[in-house]
Amino acid sequence: MVEQTPLQRMASDFAESRIALAGLALLAAILLVALLAPLISPQNPYDLAQLDVLDSRLPPLAQSRSDGGHTHTYWLGTDDQGRDMLSGIFYGLRISIGVGVASTLAALAIGLVLGLLAAYFGGWVDTLIMRIVDIQLSFPSILIALILLALLGQGLDKIIVALVAVQWAYYARTVRGAALVERRKEYMEAAAGLALSHARIVFRHLLPNCLPPLIVVATVQVAAAIALEATLSFLGLGLPITEPSLGLLISNGFTYMLSGKYWISFFPGVALLATIVSINLVADQLRDVLNPRLQK
Amino acid sequence: MLVFIIRRLMQSMLVLVAMSLLVFLGVYAIGNPVDILISPQADQAEIARATAALGLDRPLAEQYWVFLRQAATGDLGRSFAFNVPAIQLILERMPATLELAVTAMLIAIVLGIPLGLWAGLAPDSIAGKTIMTGSILGFSLPTFWVGLMLIMLFSVVLGWLPSNGRGPTVELLGVPVSFLSREGLAHLALPAANLALFKLALIIRLARAGTREALLQDYVRYARAKGLSEARVIGVHVLKNILVPIVTVIGLEFGSVVAFAIVTESVFAWPGMGKLLIESINMLDRPVIVAYLCIIVTLFTLINLAVDIVYSLLDPRVRLSEAGM
Repeated sequence: MVEQTPLQRMASDFAESRIALAGLALLAAILLVALLAPLISPQNPYDLAQLDVLDSRLPPLAQSRSDGGHTHTYWLGTDDQGRDMLSGIFYGLRISIGVGVASTLAALAIGLVLGLLAAYFGGWVDTLIMRIVDIQLSFPSILIALILLALLGQGLDKIIVALVAVQWAYYARTVRGAALVERRKEYMEAAAGLALSHARIVFRHLLPNCLPPLIVVATVQVAAAIALEATLSFLGLGLPITEPSLGLLISNGFTYMLSGKYWISFFPGVALLATIVSINLVADQLRDVLNPRLQK
Repeated sequence: MLVFIIRRLMQSMLVLVAMSLLVFLGVYAIGNPVDILISPQADQAEIARATAALGLDRPLAEQYWVFLRQAATGDLGRSFAFNVPAIQLILERMPATLELAVTAMLIAIVLGIPLGLWAGLAPDSIAGKTIMTGSILGFSLPTFWVGLMLIMLFSVVLGWLPSNGRGPTVELLGVPVSFLSREGLAHLALPAANLALFKLALIIRLARAGTREALLQDYVRYARAKGLSEARVIGVHVLKNILVPIVTVIGLEFGSVVAFAIVTESVFAWPGMGKLLIESINMLDRPVIVAYLCIIVTLFTLINLAVDIVYSLLDPRVRLSEAGM
């Protein structure tokens, strides 16, 4: 049998689940759409010059009513401003995923450092950090985010701060757990025996070995962050109207839903759902692939 | 045991005081409520009068001291917008939220345990797989969007159930409740189902995992060897053992149901505390925000304390590790 590198082994393990592969394909497609939104959108939804009030609240598949010779089809209908929903969703995905990924990375960095410090030094550092983590995790994330946004106000930067504040504790706890196990291993003793600096031991030796469980938690948390941001935007406390994420698009359509104009809320919701489900499917399989106890 | 409870109680008090300071200082950062409450045509003298009447002209430390002193007597300030005591405003809305939360929890328990048992007994059957896929959806679907879809399906398309509000309430022991009338139940159905969804998925997963583990245990094999009916083995021996973790989680999750009611209440215009909080944030009604947070933090601290105590009663190891620290 041909010797596999660890990465190849993980890839083939991952491919064992067909539903996880489907999730990965869907996620890749969504990411591509989000990245290329300005290129592939039929319309720039925030360029007011391209909007036509005559075209507002058209149902899916409607033809543009504005003349000018270039009639085109609104595949998913239009909202109250006459915005093409499909373009709105492409741009919304960009913002939703951007906010989710940015806040996850920042929270990951903070949680990682604090978790490693707690595990490596122990003692009062550990007690202090983990008490804060315990207290924070005993409150639901939506409550903490709401409190922070009530205090900070609205805006892209503020919602990222709120999401980071909600998430860092999960990483700190996960890293600490993994690091406590790793700390007792022989390579750590060897590193200490070589009189390497604390920083070098923590970041070059301890950190890489704590990464697998973190990757799993981070994947799940990206989905959670996207859902939380959508919820906060829906409640009117998230992003401002100038940077509409999927949650805000859904919120916009809410008013029109009771009169049967379902598409303004429905399609952004489907896009949101597809994003969250595909991330969760990938995360589920990653958890199995990266779990050493399940390896044959 | 007593020492453990006292320590936990002191810890809880510390959290409360820290939260009150944080919340109080933080709430000061959001805008000037006078700008919103008073008409834009008002002149300087009027603005100054309004500011003084609300006590906003005094130094921050003094305002916090006044707040703390009054909070100790149960007075959390008057709502700027409604001009009634903030705590009264919240307590008025509390029964609606609690009714919604309790109903949602009941739905999750009554549906979740049998479905989880079923999925655990037949993990490879079509039913078992369908239940598990459904529970993954329950985790993934954002609550507010499910709420919208419920309204669209049951109120707009089918026209079966009302889309918002609480309907008429009936007094039960002095507390207004809506589940005693047909009309009230119809109003309760959609929001409660919406709020129940996430916990339903959670309980299904717990019950399934517990059942699969329990089925491999010796006591189940002995019960079967004794010739007990399958109904008795499942209904008594398996069920009893999977209930322990489920009951714990129900206790812990109740607080989060109350918190998530904020979203459901906003979608269904359910007149509870959560909707009040969102409205107060939008109107910068500081006393109500502060009062809501104080009450919810107290509620959470009490729930956590109760769970800790029950835990230490059930499992002496918890107490020992606490004492050893």
